[in-house]
Amino acid sequence: MADGTSISGSDPNGADGAPNGAQRPGGGRVAAAAHQPESYPLGKAKMPGSFEGETVTRRGLFSAGAAAAGGIAGAAILLPAIGFAVGPVFDEEDVEWRTVGFVNEFTADNYIPGVISLVSGLGEAGKTTVYVRKTNPALPGEKPGGFVAMSTRCAHLGCPVRWVSPAERFVCPCHGGVYDFQGLVVGGPPVRPLDRFETRVKGREVQIGRRYSVNSDLKRYSPRDPGEPLDGLWQYLYPKRFTTPAPS
Amino acid sequence: MAIGTPKPPRRGIRRKPPPPPGEQQNGRPPAKEQAAEVGTDVVGWVDERTGASGFLRGFMFRKVPKGTNWFYTLGSATMFAFLSQAVTGVFLAMYYEPDPNRAYDSVQHITNDVFLGSLVRGMHRWGATVMIVLVFLHMARVFFFGAYKYPRELNWVIGVVLLVLTMAMGLTGYLLPFDQRSFWATVVAVNITGTGPVVGPYLADFLRAGPEFGATTLSRFYAIHMLVIPVLIAALIGAHLYLVAKLGTTAPPWIKAKMPEPVDKERV
Repeated sequence: MADGTSISGSDPNGADGAPNGAQRPGGGRVAAAAHQPESYPLGKAKMPGSFEGETVTRRGLFSAGAAAAGGIAGAAILLPAIGFAVGPVFDEEDVEWRTVGFVNEFTADNYIPGVISLVSGLGEAGKTTVYVRKTNPALPGEKPGGFVAMSTRCAHLGCPVRWVSPAERFVCPCHGGVYDFQGLVVGGPPVRPLDRFETRVKGREVQIGRRYSVNSDLKRYSPRDPGEPLDGLWQYLYPKRFTTPAPS
Repeated sequence: MAIGTPKPPRRGIRRKPPPPPGEQQNGRPPAKEQAAEVGTDVVGWVDERTGASGFLRGFMFRKVPKGTNWFYTLGSATMFAFLSQAVTGVFLAMYYEPDPNRAYDSVQHITNDVFLGSLVRGMHRWGATVMIVLVFLHMARVFFFGAYKYPRELNWVIGVVLLVLTMAMGLTGYLLPFDQRSFWATVVAVNITGTGPVVGPYLADFLRAGPEFGATTLSRFYAIHMLVIPVLIAALIGAHLYLVAKLGTTAPPWIKAKMPEPVDKERV
């Protein structure tokens, strides 16, 4: 291709382009290109600067690669950190039985306050008062021989309620919630009855177990936070949490 | 005009021109003249390498509309309240212990024993209230002056996020003294969070790190209060200020735009 058939020497699309290509064995490529311009790689591809058949440019590949590498590196840091912070939401609480008093201390017609340590590692703030009595067969839904341990956590927003014995009412100091002997709401803003704790008798001691919530028919549910109603459809709007076991 | 407005500095750092070649004295100027040049030299050195003066000139010497008044300082006042909270908060963290058995005692220690402790804690405690008040005054100014309208809607949105973050600062900081008031206030606040349908119970568990107010709830609130939210607030204040500098401020609604006088066809 050093002499007459070189590209610079003749016009391949010209009148004598084809004879030139046919005459010299070295000129075949030029001639083929001249006759079949649609097979020439440049200018036919979809993306500017890319060759035929390429679906991604070099620049695009490297940009995507850098973004992916950065994303993976960022996720490797962020995801464990978020999991670390969110982990406790999925951690089920351990069951602990705490003694609150002896069997013969309690009666069926009045509550006796007892103090249990509800949360460890929190000092005085982890302790809470529990009102305990024997079950009273005269009341609806209660069988003889058991114990009722009433939580003092108000079902409105969680302030501590107090048992006022002469009035036979639980009264909340914060927003005026009032509950009757069975913990059912008789006044104020609470949305469901007072929570209770599971009880058992071990030897002569009465022990307090896990908290559970009740709806206005005293049906058991896994413990809900205050302010969350449990009647009708409400129980589905405030679902069971991962941190609390199902009621036994 | 009674008070002269400051003139913007001239472009580039002014240096004393070098003496003409014939007047060189021993090669170096007197020490007094050299000392006088130190400030200019240092600023010039930094400016030559950063180009900061151009940015600062545009940022500090913006044109403001007619009618700009004292109400326009409420945003800056809020920012300085935040800076005051940041500074006093950093120093309170040197003595505060976020442990449920130690927190109350450490706050008592700060208040009663540490030199100027009651002052620094008081600044932080009352500064929090001042900041909330200023945020609302600033928001009212923007609302009543109509400064949230095009093209400043995004800045309003950022401001609302900042308002929410400021309230979250108030909530998380309220627990830290760990007395009866802060404990029960937090119990109630987390239970209010729990009343949000479907996600509320899980959010409450996240805030408490469990189904009950637990041993790590305090340190969780402390970390959110002093690390998570301050970083977010600082970043969003930066975005807020950028947009203020970029878009400029609005004139008060009682300032009428000066329309061009109608052209008298006969005179043209």
